Amino acid sequence: MNAAHSNAAVRISHESWPALLGLATQEVFAIMVGTELTTAPEPFVESGVDMTSMVGLAGELCGVLTVRSTGAAVALIASKMLGVDPDTDAQQTWDAFGEVCNMIAGNFKHKIAGMGNDCMLSVPTVITGADYSVHSLAESGKISVNLLFEGHPLIVALEVHS
Amino acid sequence: MENIQVLIVDDSSVMRKIVERSLRQAGISIAQVFEAGNGVEALGVLNQAKVDLILCDINMPVMDGLEFVKQLPNVQNAKGAPVVMITTEGSENHVVQALTAGARGYVRKPFTPDQVKEHVLPVLAKKS
Repeated sequence: MNAAHSNAAVRISHESWPALLGLATQEVFAIMVGTELTTAPEPFVESGVDMTSMVGLAGELCGVLTVRSTGAAVALIASKMLGVDPDTDAQQTWDAFGEVCNMIAGNFKHKIAGMGNDCMLSVPTVITGADYSVHSLAESGKISVNLLFEGHPLIVALEVHS
Repeated sequence: MENIQVLIVDDSSVMRKIVERSLRQAGISIAQVFEAGNGVEALGVLNQAKVDLILCDINMPVMDGLEFVKQLPNVQNAKGAPVVMITTEGSENHVVQALTAGARGYVRKPFTPDQVKEHVLPVLAKKS
């Protein structure tokens, strides 16, 4: 495939990526958390969002996938995954949130034809707090999906570096 | 098989608990569950205990699941224990690599308890 064809294929693929990212997220929550997510109404309000989980992608697709939500939502996600009280310990809560991000990234790349074989995932990282900025050092595009988890904002974004 | 000893290898403690719960929901009779956060820890567990079944993630720090599975033929306490990979890495390449390395089954995350049952019960049946 020459460069022109390759670029065209990537552009076409990118058009479907937000829908695939949303679907990948919905499936992870339905199967592992036991909750159906809903589409967030516009205008979207991000109030209280203070937890971020992130997974790096390297290979044919390079970038970073992030999932952001509130601390209360993340505690609820962990409790639903484990079937325990929401007042579970912080380490376990971060672990669960990281795994959710990891599964969304894996499920998303699995849905992109031909991408799964040549794209590796990093282990997840969880950031607590809202007062931070991300500065990418590579030229990038970004897709983002705004959802609601039990009424809490849930923002899933993929920053694409190549 | 009744009252089996299981080793679950995953860098997420939450995922280890979910895998254990899925095995119990599948009706597998478990005597003891050993947990490890990576391949090196898992080899350490196998120095101390014999197991009947190993469930293993791929992407882990220190030693990943594929490398761990490649080491198993040299581990006496893992002899005859089937390995089922449970991982987000569901590509054809990863499946082939895992099966070539010695894994007997492959479950992609996210997974339902039924999917775990579907992939684990046949390998346990073959073992017994």
